[in-house]
Amino acid sequence: MLRFSQILFAGVAMLFASPLFAQLSVPEIPYDSAPNLLKLPDNLYMGEAVGVATNSKGHIYVFTRTGSSNVTTGTNRAFVRSSSRLFEFDQTGKYVREMGQGLYGFIFAHSVRVDPQDNIWVIDEGSNMVIKFDPDGHVIMTMGRKPEAIRVPAAPPPMAAPFPAPGGNPPAGPGGGPAREGAGPGPVREGGGPAREAPTGAGAPGDNFDRPTDVAWDATGNIFVADGYNNSRVAKFDRDGKYIKSWGSRGTLPSQFHTVHSIATDAKGNVYVGDRENRRIQVFDNDGNFKSMYINVGAPWAVCITPGQHQYLYSSNSNGTADMENGEIYKMELDGKILGKFGTAGKQLKEFGSVHEIDCRNQNEIYVGELTNWRVQKLTLHLEQAK
Amino acid sequence: MKRWPIFIAFPAAMLFVASLFAQERNAVPPPAAAFATAPEIPYDSAGANYLKFPAGLYLGEAMGVARNSKGQILVFTRSGEATRLFRFDPEGNYLGEIGQGLYGFAMAHGVRVDSQDNIWAVDEGTDMVIKFNPEGRVVMLLGRRPEFGEGLLATPANNAVPPPAVPYKFGRPTDIAWDATGNIFVSDGYTNSRVVKYDKWGKFIKSVGTRGTEPSQFNTPHSIQTDANGNVYVADRGNRRIQVLSNDLTLRAIYDNVGSPWAVCITPGPHQYLYSSNSNPDNNNSNVAAVTGEIYKMELDGTVVGKFGKAGKLAKEFTTVHAMDCRNPNEIMTAEITGWRVQKLTLHPQASSK
Repeated sequence: MLRFSQILFAGVAMLFASPLFAQLSVPEIPYDSAPNLLKLPDNLYMGEAVGVATNSKGHIYVFTRTGSSNVTTGTNRAFVRSSSRLFEFDQTGKYVREMGQGLYGFIFAHSVRVDPQDNIWVIDEGSNMVIKFDPDGHVIMTMGRKPEAIRVPAAPPPMAAPFPAPGGNPPAGPGGGPAREGAGPGPVREGGGPAREAPTGAGAPGDNFDRPTDVAWDATGNIFVADGYNNSRVAKFDRDGKYIKSWGSRGTLPSQFHTVHSIATDAKGNVYVGDRENRRIQVFDNDGNFKSMYINVGAPWAVCITPGQHQYLYSSNSNGTADMENGEIYKMELDGKILGKFGTAGKQLKEFGSVHEIDCRNQNEIYVGELTNWRVQKLTLHLEQAK
Repeated sequence: MKRWPIFIAFPAAMLFVASLFAQERNAVPPPAAAFATAPEIPYDSAGANYLKFPAGLYLGEAMGVARNSKGQILVFTRSGEATRLFRFDPEGNYLGEIGQGLYGFAMAHGVRVDSQDNIWAVDEGTDMVIKFNPEGRVVMLLGRRPEFGEGLLATPANNAVPPPAVPYKFGRPTDIAWDATGNIFVSDGYTNSRVVKYDKWGKFIKSVGTRGTEPSQFNTPHSIQTDANGNVYVADRGNRRIQVLSNDLTLRAIYDNVGSPWAVCITPGPHQYLYSSNSNPDNNNSNVAAVTGEIYKMELDGTVVGKFGKAGKLAKEFTTVHAMDCRNPNEIMTAEITGWRVQKLTLHPQASSK
């Protein structure tokens, strides 16, 4: 008996020790950052650089939280207008133009991705919408619907339960979360915080989103939406935006999520989900069946999978918005093997202020959008020097 | 037992309670202890329209004023559409705007210029400190604006106990200063009641202070400055005192004879002076305004050298001084809240009457 329990203990100890050991021995990847990458015109300023993506020509799209959200009132309701903005720069960082200025669905930016046909997809967690622009900047598809009005609480809710985001309104169509009043549990904000009880309806299937976070596509064009702060699910649509299925609910078990914050697919159509507050990457097949999870790379705020024959997975263990801990980005094989890491939290060049999205179209030329530093950095990795 | 009819007793009680509040609100403080003895410093004002705006552009409440090494004037103001930061040349001609539509601008509080001419804006509406380079581009940020939706929370009651301060989050910060090595000191603020020290790259070093009246406690640390030795001077407005801290935030002295320090400013150069404004309140209480409004000139050790000015709406008078620039020790710029103006004052200390 004694021997058995000793073996058991040793086994458990090894189980816990191995990922830690792996993390300690991760090689550092040397890298540089180009200073003053993006040149904005006078009187135009970047806000929180939550989204960054490049297209096939190397143009850089930045989706940012800027200006002030504008609330107007009428018929006892408050209407919110834009404060997200989408900027395009050329490959040298020269400002090209703005897309979607004053757009109805631009409220509170979350991320931007560019698909293989150079369409630009933005995810706005304030309007609960995914908006697809063609390369010329025309809106060609919308998913989800912006709530008509936001519910302003009549009385201050307790400190522990902040007012739910605009997603806390009655859904306009089928699916989505049911109405939640001011007394309901609040959303988990950037930077995490203590785990809260899942909102009613978390993981509800359907076409509507509740603070969605990210989007990805497989080779046939199927759309995977990370949804999100309140819904805790991944939703799959066909290439025309027709709902197929969704999986996940709020929780800590496999196939459950606590802030599904970032999403990417590999060439075979597997789906990688940055399950941030659960501090793990979950991998699913194309139909949403759980395959594996990677638990030794911290909180995956942003994941990115490189194109090409040999694909790599980048994941950022970003610092919270009110701390200066961690901040490193991991480079991994798709099977979760860690190859190296780089970076740390801070405000200097090469340091990171809550990396919120990664672009890795070129595997050794990484763009990062930083939440708290309001900037985009272009990082050149020197893998030949890694040790 | 005789009973007061409720329709008499209730309004009477309400009146009594209301009068208590009114007393509190209209309580007239004594004049600053140094008021009677400080010599008057003669001075002139360049006038209430010293700053010349283009047609269609207006100043709102002038919260912050600071000059750079070229004499250019930065003014941080609460304007109609948004909080805005304007730049003027030394003659008061309009040069342009910095940070138009900035995500960090909601409710202006202070602006200061560091020794490299970087411009630092402190916004109490977004809980952020924004560092612009001399050209006016954002180069560093401290704090973070609450997320969309969070801003729609009902305002906490005035007597609500704020949550404990954490290193990288401000609670309505008010002002900023630096020592010679670039360490950053933030007075924070209306909700938090502390002074925070960061290194030049914004890494937290330490903070001191909670809400209260004891030494090293604060009741609205409203303005902050450093001297050449790195000592930190904190205008503890609600407690009517200036607290002097060492570079590592240990209390060294308290000056409590110059009234309520809304704004403090320390001059550069080998002999440094400390200016402190006992500003008249921004609630237009004329009884309090009658015994406030003057600015004191002091040695760094607290010795009062002189005073000038009084509350009033005319030029040379002050409409609630909220910030001062004293880059030139005898040329003071004032930013004034209730009068929506900036004045340039020329002091004539050699002519001061003893």
